[in-house]
Amino acid sequence: MSHDHHHEHEVEGHDHDHPGSELSDMDLRVRTLESLLVEKGYVDPKALDVLIETYETRVGPHNGARVVAKSWADSAYRKWLLEDATAAIASLGFAGRQGEHMVALENTPQTHHMVVCTLCSCYPWPVLGLPPVWYKSAPYRSRAVIDPRGVLKEFGFELPAGTEFRVWDSTAEIRYLVVPLRPAGTDGWSEERLARLVTRDSMIGTGLARSPAELPEEVA
Amino acid sequence: MNGAHDLGGMQGFGPVTQEPNEARFHDDWERRVLAVTLAMGATGTWNLDMTRAARESLPPQRYLSCTYYRIWLEGLLKLLVKTGLATPEETDSGRMLAPAAPGVRTLMADQVAAALAKGSPTLRKATVPAQFEVGDAVRTRQMNPPTHTRLPRYCRGRHGTIVAVHGAHVFPDTHATGQGEQPRWLYTVRFDATELWGADTTASAVCVDCWEPYLEAP
Repeated sequence: MSHDHHHEHEVEGHDHDHPGSELSDMDLRVRTLESLLVEKGYVDPKALDVLIETYETRVGPHNGARVVAKSWADSAYRKWLLEDATAAIASLGFAGRQGEHMVALENTPQTHHMVVCTLCSCYPWPVLGLPPVWYKSAPYRSRAVIDPRGVLKEFGFELPAGTEFRVWDSTAEIRYLVVPLRPAGTDGWSEERLARLVTRDSMIGTGLARSPAELPEEVA
Repeated sequence: MNGAHDLGGMQGFGPVTQEPNEARFHDDWERRVLAVTLAMGATGTWNLDMTRAARESLPPQRYLSCTYYRIWLEGLLKLLVKTGLATPEETDSGRMLAPAAPGVRTLMADQVAAALAKGSPTLRKATVPAQFEVGDAVRTRQMNPPTHTRLPRYCRGRHGTIVAVHGAHVFPDTHATGQGEQPRWLYTVRFDATELWGADTTASAVCVDCWEPYLEAP
């Protein structure tokens, strides 16, 4: 897949578009607000550090990859995940904010699922971390529900013409996790090894799991 | 509210672009906005639906020209002033000019992990039976409330089928306006893509979570 065409757009829609004062303005504004809230006693500055550290380093798509890999390797777990995703995911230690009510959507050769939040940026934080910028962007939020095939193509993937495309708009507090198709040639793989095939995008439905050949050599 | 946040089906925004090195935050202020927003949310002064309502009530031209965390910041500033926790003069200057509002439950560092693990589940005990069950045909209501709602414009007044029943959940339309949780049955409704878009779609179906007041028998 080619990402070449992405470079010219990489700063589109960001404050980077306005070099100069904008960045420092925003830094100053936010610092000003933060110091006020601390002075008023509404905010514990140490709590802010813990919040940032949590979402920057601890929570991320590696959590969701473990869930998917386990569902590929363990048929009893797969059944549980599809029946009660909240409990099955919590059993691996992933629960809480923005993942209070989980539903797993299993891709099949016939059906491909894609998840979006057209109204804001609802995303299953405990299993995928914070959403990428494109997930929150107007192009994705506007188009996923009407042209998911076109969106998938922009991510470098195409599916056979007869594939059913089912899009899930996260309008409530239900959070969706896509279970991508298990790649061929992975029979007998351990969960740890399978997890390396599971990309973040494959769990949103804007990508597919990696094939064994795509694994970086050092971890293959 | 028919705001600029309700983007489903709009055209002309161009391709979905990924960034080569996708940082979680582009600038330090973005991570500070995330943290301050979560910390203030944890004080319980307002709820998630009020937060969403504050963000989506930005004028459309402003909403569309702001980056995502900028929208969060604008929403937070609006809520601070609206709830009397700070004045515009204070948020502009960063200087405390009025005493702190009483009774604000500050989230302390050692409470963060437990608060995040607990989250804010919205499932409540149902007090009335569900009006619909899986397999039922339904039609979404044609409605245009000037206040917060979670029924996107593209699927109002459309025919669909109930594919899941999720129990009674906090109802955003009342929760956002201070009228309380008023839990309502929540369903996933599947719409054939052609019902929503005619022939101009590559989707087969779109599934949307809809509270019972958004639905009626066809």
